[in-house]
This record gives sequence, structure tokens and C-alpha cells, in this order.
Amino acid sequence: MRVRPQTGLEIDGFTLGEMLHKGGFATIWEVTHPDHPGPMVMKVPTILDGDDGPTIVGFEVEQMILPRLTGPHVPRVVASGDFARMPYLVTERLPGASLHGLFDTAPLPVADVVVLGRRMAAMVHALHGQHVIHLDLKPANLMARAGGELVAIDFGLARHDQLPDLLAEEFAIPMGTYPYIAPEQFLRQRDDLRSDIFALGAMLYQLATGRLPFGQPERLRGVRRRLWRDPEPPRALNPEIPAWLQEIILRALEVDPADRTQTAAQMLFDLEHPDQVELTHRARKERRDGLWTVARRRWRMSRLRGFAPPPPLIAAQASRAPVLMAAVDLSPDMESLSERILQAVRDQLAVRPGARVACVNVIRTHRIGIDMATDEAGNHIHIARLVALKAWGAQLGLPEGRVTFTVLDGPDPAAVLIEHAGRIRADHVLMGARAHSATRRYLGSVSSQVVAEAHCSVTIVRIPAAG
Amino acid sequence: MLIAVLTDIHGNREALSAVLDDCAARSVGRFVCLGDIVGYGPDPEWCVDRVRDLVAAGAVCVQGNHDSAIANPGENLNPVARAAIDWTRPRLPPGQRDFLAGLPLVAELGDALFVHASAHNPGDWIYVTGEMRARPSFNVTAARLIVCGHVHQPALYSCDLRGRVYGHAPRIGAAMPLLPSRRWLAVAGAVGQPRDGVPQAGYLLYDTAANELVFRRVAYDTAETARKLRAAGLPEALALRVLAGR
Repeated sequence: MRVRPQTGLEIDGFTLGEMLHKGGFATIWEVTHPDHPGPMVMKVPTILDGDDGPTIVGFEVEQMILPRLTGPHVPRVVASGDFARMPYLVTERLPGASLHGLFDTAPLPVADVVVLGRRMAAMVHALHGQHVIHLDLKPANLMARAGGELVAIDFGLARHDQLPDLLAEEFAIPMGTYPYIAPEQFLRQRDDLRSDIFALGAMLYQLATGRLPFGQPERLRGVRRRLWRDPEPPRALNPEIPAWLQEIILRALEVDPADRTQTAAQMLFDLEHPDQVELTHRARKERRDGLWTVARRRWRMSRLRGFAPPPPLIAAQASRAPVLMAAVDLSPDMESLSERILQAVRDQLAVRPGARVACVNVIRTHRIGIDMATDEAGNHIHIARLVALKAWGAQLGLPEGRVTFTVLDGPDPAAVLIEHAGRIRADHVLMGARAHSATRRYLGSVSSQVVAEAHCSVTIVRIPAAG
Repeated sequence: MLIAVLTDIHGNREALSAVLDDCAARSVGRFVCLGDIVGYGPDPEWCVDRVRDLVAAGAVCVQGNHDSAIANPGENLNPVARAAIDWTRPRLPPGQRDFLAGLPLVAELGDALFVHASAHNPGDWIYVTGEMRARPSFNVTAARLIVCGHVHQPALYSCDLRGRVYGHAPRIGAAMPLLPSRRWLAVAGAVGQPRDGVPQAGYLLYDTAANELVFRRVAYDTAETARKLRAAGLPEALALRVLAGR
């Protein structure tokens, strides 16, 4: 027997409290359960009588994908119910409301835009790492944890690369939210993680300018215009936006996914290293393209049926444009080792041509001692190391936007390296190890600690022992 | 409980033992065999003995068309299959022949139905090769999960609340959740004679607790099976098929 949700209803031990939200496709209820402590919400799809395919399939998709995701960037699933009595999905209740209200207050100060941008990119990176493209990122689908991490909700349009795409099998029309939907998604391609990058770009644009890059189209025809009509450059709307941020935003909003920032990790990397973002024509753009350019583009794009497909696996797409972190010791007796590390980085670049390289050097400080930020001597060491690091990395011959240089300091170099690798979402760390010595065998080395504790692949470069 | 579904073993000892080893490493709680234990392959006696052992230990087993053809020479088979069955028949001791002849056409376990070919008229041995061919199976049973074999290529279908049937591309090795809002039909890949271009033994794991299916493939010594097929004087096409998996 089918039941409808209402306050006081009991189902599978859950008791419905007040209705928190009523959307087009579902209602959200506060629920309690004697066996599940903590605040929870129940999402119940609004199934109209008769043929209600989109709602049912969207719910099925979410029911299939969400329980497989873990980590702070998704709501934890508690239980789900099927259509026999009442379809529902119970998850933990996140504090506050969606970010929709916050976006309404845009434009935000640039510093706030950057912090939010980093959090959004970290969230999207976490989803892509778990085989999922969200495909409906928008302010109303973002919530925040108490610690600040963002959480993606509503996976009704999402795609998991190891599960059947029930939506593609069911519908022929493009699905998404019009202001944020990517051009390839409009062309019904549902397998490209760069569609989420586009939505990130649209949200950053909105945060920085207070406007939507492509307005608020009400029909599909209006959505299609973004295939040829470029948005107003953010700096033309808000002169406080720095050129590098405009570069990041417009690069994420490129029409062809191949021209976009390739991964969320790369966007995060750019937002972490603003002074090292490679500035192109996008950063310098002052006004929209002229009518003639747009007309020519329209003629070309209106014939386009699809963009070049990405590799089939989302994880493979994410790893095509990886972040390599090269940690190098530049002291004189380590010269030949640093040359070998350089060669190891070159080898990696040969097989992963889209990679970015973060060159890192650590200054070991004593627990009680110079404060690197204020002490004059410390500052001097810092600058000297940075100069040396740049000279070392320049030998890679990479353009500005593909390589960054960071000098870190701390009493425990391994911990500093591990923390930095996590922050920039490095896929792979390359570092050297000294030759064997009795002391190291007993005390342990920096490299062995990094190998043991880093959350990514680590390559240790060593000079073979003579003989 | 973890249920391993094996089908179309076809007298391939190397493939069956590789699958049984793989199951042993995964704490499988129950075996289901969807028939065609014999036919095509060079080790029918060994394979029937293994399946009989499994049945004695609680496994469910249904009959396939090749199993049926041992007692019924009138069963409709292509010339290669017929040559192999005619080679197989005199090798099987009476006890094994009785075992094959006595197998049922369908079996049920919980809310799952097991059958060799289409659940619609199982004795007609209809291949479930597309959405059109899958639909009749959903129509003859209320089972939430139907598992069959016979096609020698893994496949997955679902039937939604409105009775529409969809084909889904199965991903080898990935856990596929069986949405409670649909009914499901899985075609398990062949243990002994895969035909999808992957020369590895195929089988299916059904996790009743997690409500998930996994299509698995296991590498085995195809060269040894091919050598035995040739030594037995069976048609060369069978050796080539085992080597290429198609």
C-alpha cells in the first residue's frame, strides 16, 4: 500500500517531523529514528499519479550513486526505501541551508570568492575521484559543514562511470539547470567531468560579479546561445576582480571542453597559486566579442553535434592532467640527486603531457628558533631558496602556468611535504633519498615518512650505490 | 549471503577449476549452476562430478540444452555442437547421465529465479539477446531477479515500474546495485566457452545482503584446454573459440 509523506508518519522506524523544503521534484523532511542518533533528513520524491518518468529515474539514480560515495563532501546515507510503500532516502542533516542565499548577496569580496572557489573545487575533485560527475552543480545543491567543507547534494542527474546511465537510456532531452549547464551537456554528452568545471566557472563568475554569465534562460533555445555567445568579461562588471581570477573563470567557461581547465584539482591549484596563473587573452579581455566574430562562431557552432568524447573512465580523465609535486633538496652535496629528480620529472611529463609541476623546497626550522616570516635572516634564506628553486625548475622548460615554486618551512620536513601535497591535491610526489647510512636506518628518513603517510603515489629517486 | 552463479561450463575443466578457486577466495556461501555442464569441452566427466559435489553440498542446478541432448539425441543442435555431444555421450557413466536427465528446468531461491535460457518456455532454449527477448521473461514471473545463461556473453536488463525493459552494458568487476524499484534479468557469462572476445572464464556473484551483482572474469589456462580439444579430435573450431574467447 502506497503512503504519502506527512508530519507524524512512521515508516521503517523513521518518524517524520516538519517539512523543511518543498522542491519541484521532492520534499525534504526532518526525521528521527530510535536506532539512528543525530539529526537526519528524509527526501521523498514527489511522484504524481500516472507517468512520472523523470522524477522516478532521478530518484533511482540518486539511490544508486549516493550510497557509494564517502567522505566529507557528500551527505552520509542512513537508509532508503523503495516504491512499494513510499520511496525515500534518509541522510544526515547538514547545518544551515544551501548556499543559494549566499550567492544572492554576490558580488563578494575577491578574498571570499577565492576561499569559496577552493572549497568548491576540492569538493568536485573528491566526487570525480570516486567515479562520479555531478552534472547539476549550482548554489542550491551546495551545503557547508561546520568546518567549512562544502557538500554536494542532489545526485539525481549524476553519472557514475561504473553504473548504467539510467537517464541517458530514458530521455532524449538535455538535463541540467539552465544557468549552469555546460555546452556539451546541452548536446547530451553525459560523460565529461569538465561539465562540472564549467558549472564551477559559472558559479565563480556569479560570486565575483553578482551576475550569471549566460543570464537566466527559460527555454532550451536560450541555453544553446552559450555555444557561440561569450559572457561579459568579469572585470568589465567588477574592476576589483584581478586579471588572474578572470583568467581562471573564463578558462573554466570555455565552450569546448578541450580548452577548459581540465580538472578540479587544476582549478584548485590555480586558486592556491594566484601569482603563478598564466595570463592569456582571457585575462586581458575587456569586452565581449564583436558581432562579426559571434556571427561566424554561431554559423559554425549551430552545426556542431558534439565535442570530442573524453576517455571513458572518469578517474582516467582526472589523471590525464595530474599535479606532480617535485620536492628537491638544493644543498651542494645533493646536486647530483637533484639532477636525477629533474630527469624523473621530465620522464613523467613525457607520459603525462598535461601535467602541472609544483616544485617544492623545505627549510627545516627548529622548534624554538627563527620565525621565518619576520626574522630578517630567515627571510633572506627564504628568498635565496626560492631563487635557487626557480633556477632548478626552469630547466623543465614549462610555460608559466604549468609550473609553480613554493618554499615551505617547519621542524618536521616530511610532515610539511605531506600536508602540502594534500593541500594542492598532488597526484604524485617525486623526491630524492640519500644513500644508505647507519643513522638513517635507525632514525628513519624524510622520504620513508612521506612514502608511508602521503595520500598519493610517491616516487623515490636515488643514486645507485657504486660497485 | 554471496551466491556464485556458474553457467555454460561445457566440459572445460581448466575454466571451472579457476572459477571454483576464485570463489573459494571470496567466501561464497552458495553455488547455482545454470546448466550446459557438458558439450563442446574435453572434460565432461570431471565437470559433471564437480557440479554433483556442489549439488550434494547444497547447490542449485538447472538443466541446459546440451545436458538435455545427452538423453535426447533429437535435441536441435548445430553440427559442431552435435559432433561434440555425440563424442561426449558414450563417455558419461550411467550415473552422470541420470544426473543430467534429472535436472529441473527452473529453480527459485528467495526472490530470484534461475533458468538456463529464456524463462518464457524454458524448454524452447530461447536466447535472451536483447530488450525484446528479455521482456517475455519478466512477464512469466514475479521474481525480482532472473538469472540465465545460454548466450555466452554477460548482459543485464531491467524492467521498471511501468513494465518497460532496458538493456544496460555490464561492467566487468564493478558491483551493480539492484535498485528495488526495478526487476532485473542478468545473463551470466559462460564459464567454459565465453564468446565476447575475452578468453577468460565468466561467472556472476550475487550478494543478497548488499543487493548487488558483480560480473566476474577469471583467467585460466586456455592453451591446455585447446590442446586437449585437439588431442580428442574434436572440431578445430572449438579450440580456436576457447583461445580467442569468441
